[in-house]
Amino acid sequence: MEILELLNEPLGYAFIRRGLLALALVGGVSAVVGCFVVVRGMSFFGDALAHSILPGVALSYTVGGGYVASNLFLGGLGAGILSALIIAWLTRRMEVKEDSAIAIVFVTMFALGIAIISTQRSYAADLTHILFGSINGISQGELYMVAGMGAVVVGLIVLLYKEFLIISFDLSLAHSLRLPVEPLRILLLALIAVTIVASLQAVGIALMLALLITPAATARLLVKRLHHMIAIASLLGIVSGLVGFYASYYLDVPSGACIVLTTSVIFGLVFLLQSSWNRLRDGR
Amino acid sequence: MARPPTKEAPALLVEGVCAGYRGNRHALDDICFCVERGERVAVIGPNGAGKSTLFKTIVGVLPVSRGSITIFGADTHSSHSNIGYVPQQNAIDWTFPASVFDVVMMGRSRHIGWFRWPSRDDRAVVRDILEHLSLADLAERQIGELSGGQRQRVFIARAMAQDTRVMVLDEPFSGVDQTAEQEIIDTLDILTKHDITLLISTHHLGNPALHVDKILILRQRVMQFGRPEEALTPAHLREAFGSAIPMMAHADDLLMFQVDQEKRRGRGDS
Repeated sequence: MEILELLNEPLGYAFIRRGLLALALVGGVSAVVGCFVVVRGMSFFGDALAHSILPGVALSYTVGGGYVASNLFLGGLGAGILSALIIAWLTRRMEVKEDSAIAIVFVTMFALGIAIISTQRSYAADLTHILFGSINGISQGELYMVAGMGAVVVGLIVLLYKEFLIISFDLSLAHSLRLPVEPLRILLLALIAVTIVASLQAVGIALMLALLITPAATARLLVKRLHHMIAIASLLGIVSGLVGFYASYYLDVPSGACIVLTTSVIFGLVFLLQSSWNRLRDGR
Repeated sequence: MARPPTKEAPALLVEGVCAGYRGNRHALDDICFCVERGERVAVIGPNGAGKSTLFKTIVGVLPVSRGSITIFGADTHSSHSNIGYVPQQNAIDWTFPASVFDVVMMGRSRHIGWFRWPSRDDRAVVRDILEHLSLADLAERQIGELSGGQRQRVFIARAMAQDTRVMVLDEPFSGVDQTAEQEIIDTLDILTKHDITLLISTHHLGNPALHVDKILILRQRVMQFGRPEEALTPAHLREAFGSAIPMMAHADDLLMFQVDQEKRRGRGDS
C-alpha cells in the first residue's frame, strides 16, 4: 500500500507524468540504438557525437531566445551531422586516423559550444541544463517530439534490421549481396544522432553515452543473439528510465544522473551475478 | 533481370581484370581465366600474390579497375546473389552476438527482400541447409563456441543459403587441424555434388583427399592455369614462388615445403 502511494504521489501533476513517460521512452530507444553502437565498437564515436551537438544546441539557444525544444533539436541535429561529415572528410584518404579525427572534431565542437553559451548572462545555469539534462517541465509538444523521433528510429531499425545486422557483422557479405553499404552505414549514424538529440533534454550531453552503452552491454552479458539483446536492452532502458525518475523525484537529484546510475547499478549486479554463477558452474 | 543461365556460358569468366586497393593499386594485373560449371579450381601463390584481392574482386568487395567478371554469362554487377563468399576466418568477429542459425539466415537476405523479416519458408530453407551440412545440432550456438571446422562450414552454409552456384573460399584450411580439414573437404564434396563451382585459395594441396580439377598459380598475374599435372611442374612453381624453394622431383613435395614455410612465417594474408 505504501509503495503504491509512493509510486502514485508524483503522478498527480501532468508535467511530472510527462517526465516519467519521456524518461522511459528515451531509455528504451537509446538502448535499442545502443546495441548497434556496442556490437560495432563505436562507443567513442557515440560519445563524440553527443558532445559535438553542443554548438548547434547553444546557437539555437542564444539566437532562438532560450529553451525552444524544436529549435534545439534542429540545431543539435545539424551540428551532429556536420561533425560526422567533417570526420568522414578528414579520414577519407587515411591521412588522419579515425579516432584522432573523431577526437579533434569532438573537442573543437564542444569548445565552440561553450564559447557560444558563455556569451549569455545565464551561462552557468544554461550549460548545466544542456550538459546534464533536466526533465522537469517537459511540455506536451516536446514529449510528442521525443515520442515521434523514437518511433521513427525504432521503426527504421525494425524494418532494416537484417541489413543493419549484416553491415555490422560482415561487410564482405554486404558487398557480395550488393547491398547499398555506404547509405546504410550513414543511415545508422543518422539514427544514432537523432537518438542523441531526442534524449538531450532528459539526460544531457555529458551522460548520453551511458544510455546508449550500458543497457546494451548488460544485455550482451545475458543473451547471444542480436535481436534478443535489443529486446532485453530496451526493457532495461525503460526500467532504468522509470527507476531513475522516482529516484530523481524523491532524492531531488537531476534525472539524468539518476537514470545513468540506475543503468550502472543494473550492469554491476548482472556482471557480478554472472561471474559468480560462472565460477560456481566451473567449480572454481 | 539478367538473362537466364545457358549451358554455353561458363560458370565464371574473368577477362582482363586489373584491380587493387589503397597502397597497392596494381595487386592484380590483366587476370584472365575461365571456370566451367561444377569445376573446382585451387588458387595458389606466394604471400602477397593477390589471392585475397582476386577473391574480393570477384565477389564485389573490391571494385574492378579494368576488365570484366561474368557469372554464367551475366555481369556480376547486375546479379547480386550468385556468388557466395567464404571469407578468411580472421576477418570475422567471433564474439558477435549471432547464432549459427542467424549467420546462415544472413545469406537469405536478398531472397527475403527489403523491409521484411524471414518467413516460415526462409526458416525451413536454413534448417534444411544446416541439416544437409550436419550443423543442425549447432543451430542455437553462438558462433564463437564453434570449432575451426564448424566455423568454416557455417560460412559455407551461409553461402549456400544465397542459392549460390559459384562459391569462393579464401584459405578455408588455414589454421585448422586435420580433423577439421577432413570435415571441410567432405563439405566441399557435398557442394560439388550440388554442381556448385568452387574457387579455393589454399596452401594445402598436399592433402590427397582434396581433389581439384584445375590449378591457378597467381602472382599479380596468372602464371599458370590448367590441370594439376600441367600446372604443377617444378619449373612453374619455381617461377611463381622464387628461388627460395629448392628443386625437387615431386610437385607435392614442393607444395608441402611451401606449406611448411608458411607455417614458419605464421599465418600471412595474401
